[in-house]
Amino acid sequence: MRVALLVSCLVDGLRPSIGAAALALLREAGCTVRVPRQQTCCGQPAWNSGDRPTAQALAQKVLEDFADVEAVVVPSGSCAGMVRQLPEVLGPEHPRFADAEALASRCFEITDFLVNQCDFTPAPLGAGQTLTYHDSCAGLRELGVKSAPRMLLERAGYTLAEMTQAETCCGFGGTFCVKYPAVSVAMADEKLASARATGAPLVTGGDLGCLIHLAGREERAGAGLAFRHVLELLVPTPAPALGEGRP
Amino acid sequence: MSFQVQSQDFIARSKDALADAPLQSALGKLRTGLSVRRREAVAALPEFDALREEAAALRDYTLATLDQQLETFEAQVRARGGEVHWAPDAASARAIILELCQRYGAKKVLKGKSMVTEELELNEHLEAHGLRCVETDLGEYIVQLRRERPSHIVAPAIHLRKEDVAESFAAHHVGREHADRSTAEALMAEAREELRAHFLSAEVGITGANFAIAETGSTVIVTNEGNGDLTQSLPKVHIAVTGIEKVVPTLEDASTLLRVLARSATGQEASVYTTFSTGPRRPEDPDGPEAYHVVLVDNGRSAMLGTEFEAMLRCIRCGACLNHCPVYGQVGGHAYGSVYPGPMGAVLTPQLAGLDESVHLPTASTFCGACEAVCPVKIPLPSLLRRWRQRAHEARLDGDRARWLLRLWAFFAARPRLYHPLLSAATTVLGRLAGPGGTFRRLLGGKAWTESRNFPAPEGGSFLASLQGEEFAPTPRKAPSR
Repeated sequence: MRVALLVSCLVDGLRPSIGAAALALLREAGCTVRVPRQQTCCGQPAWNSGDRPTAQALAQKVLEDFADVEAVVVPSGSCAGMVRQLPEVLGPEHPRFADAEALASRCFEITDFLVNQCDFTPAPLGAGQTLTYHDSCAGLRELGVKSAPRMLLERAGYTLAEMTQAETCCGFGGTFCVKYPAVSVAMADEKLASARATGAPLVTGGDLGCLIHLAGREERAGAGLAFRHVLELLVPTPAPALGEGRP
Repeated sequence: MSFQVQSQDFIARSKDALADAPLQSALGKLRTGLSVRRREAVAALPEFDALREEAAALRDYTLATLDQQLETFEAQVRARGGEVHWAPDAASARAIILELCQRYGAKKVLKGKSMVTEELELNEHLEAHGLRCVETDLGEYIVQLRRERPSHIVAPAIHLRKEDVAESFAAHHVGREHADRSTAEALMAEAREELRAHFLSAEVGITGANFAIAETGSTVIVTNEGNGDLTQSLPKVHIAVTGIEKVVPTLEDASTLLRVLARSATGQEASVYTTFSTGPRRPEDPDGPEAYHVVLVDNGRSAMLGTEFEAMLRCIRCGACLNHCPVYGQVGGHAYGSVYPGPMGAVLTPQLAGLDESVHLPTASTFCGACEAVCPVKIPLPSLLRRWRQRAHEARLDGDRARWLLRLWAFFAARPRLYHPLLSAATTVLGRLAGPGGTFRRLLGGKAWTESRNFPAPEGGSFLASLQGEEFAPTPRKAPSR
């Protein structure tokens, strides 16, 4: 299958190794992968901030960057959810509404794509390692991604220890985390307590935004959990885990 | 606007709430209590999702035919000897109710739980005119003693612990110096005893209405304490106050909504009491009020019809969105500074009070979608919140700094030839500064993040800038031979 990788701006800038993992996994799963070099951001910050004209401008850019592909695959539930919303962003009167609908219907969160479109089994990297999975809100509730990342992790040999609060928002919320930092951090603390209670030393998830937020809070609290994007666990990755940083 | 809010102080109020240890202890129970009970109730009813669909469609149909439904309702109430009063806004609703109380020579008014009368600030108005109002729902009674507002639309005193209630009772209940206040049951019994005398001495009972049934002219209330029944049947006058959107066409429709209401609100199959009031007492009735009035309050509701916010009028006030909202769960209802807190309140308050008075409420959401996922009438709450954000942006209510940053970022995002080298350079510098696996405790301009979180350093460079080529062939892995 020919697919295009929408890298997401957070992965692109903050943790390129997730992008590299995404590319490697899609190729391993048998896909021919195009990575449009002109891509920047899906426009979600503008859309969620109420700036619809800017969101529309960037939506059109996404439509151009990802024209003529069989599928757009995204290593983020949040950005994949945004692409699914592009028809709403443009509105039914917009000349490119039909294109937006077509792109939205071809857009996949990457773990969902690897499991349900490719029936992919990753290399057995996880033997003897226990981890807990944080369901990011957009992936879970906008896209229904729940079992796919867990299946990939289990196929790779990891043992999952579920949090009681796996489906509760971690408090990142895009610009929410800097507009209402006190509430955002309180939500992180509840999530982290739930993660610690599992006994797993590592928290994983499908959205880098959540993971940076949680890891940053964990570091500040001086506690010991480590964090990795789920894709980093499915290919050998050189980057140190998040949350173990030295100031 | 007659709807008073303190929502502009949301940031300060939310910080106070987070630092309030007793409140946090009370909210802890909410986070694990009501949502768990709802989940169990829903799991026990396989057709629950189909019922939600039905309930949403029913509400939409009612809103599409609202004028007809309301006219039918009015005619049916009249046919059964009751009176209907139309209140376009809060001031007229207060005046109508006060006039009714005065008409019947009331000195004391019993209150059943009613969020619309909270919206109207009815108690304050009646008391300013010399009437005594006694809230009879336990939670409402407690917040009334404390001169507070309900912090939740279904569980008004959910922000309080048992100890707080015991303290309030000790301060207000005369002649009970030795009362045992160690258990919830003892507190409830004490409130019952205090209230009993009021039930027999009030001239007017005011309740809300969960539904107003057009075909029968009935109002319906659901309670768990039975206080509502006494409030509407013991005094000689019953006044039901409700929003115009609460009408439903038929008894059958009401029962559909009741099935989703209790499960969504408290995880019960049905509330302990579901009470239908139809007209005043007839000669053959053993009890009931001598007069029955319904006050239908608009107060900004009809202005939502036909707008992008119409779906909000589906709301049946179950409180499930509050119970599942992680922001509400952290800060509680009072932080919102509005009678209607949580996700439903964040959509409704800008409509009732004006967006300039409440711009934080639609913004203070992570769009996590938990509210929409549990809403029994499938209101797309995050989408409606986003529409308020659009209006705030259009009206320049979203703050200069946020607008400026957004514009700057959008400028670069639209220009990949600038964006990519700049991003790569910035992340390279940050990555080098921090070193591999490094983290920042402070970042210039990033105080809102770093005040209470580290910022894990970027790896350095960017994925797209470092990528060689644009097309990549498959590299199927050989089946593992080990």
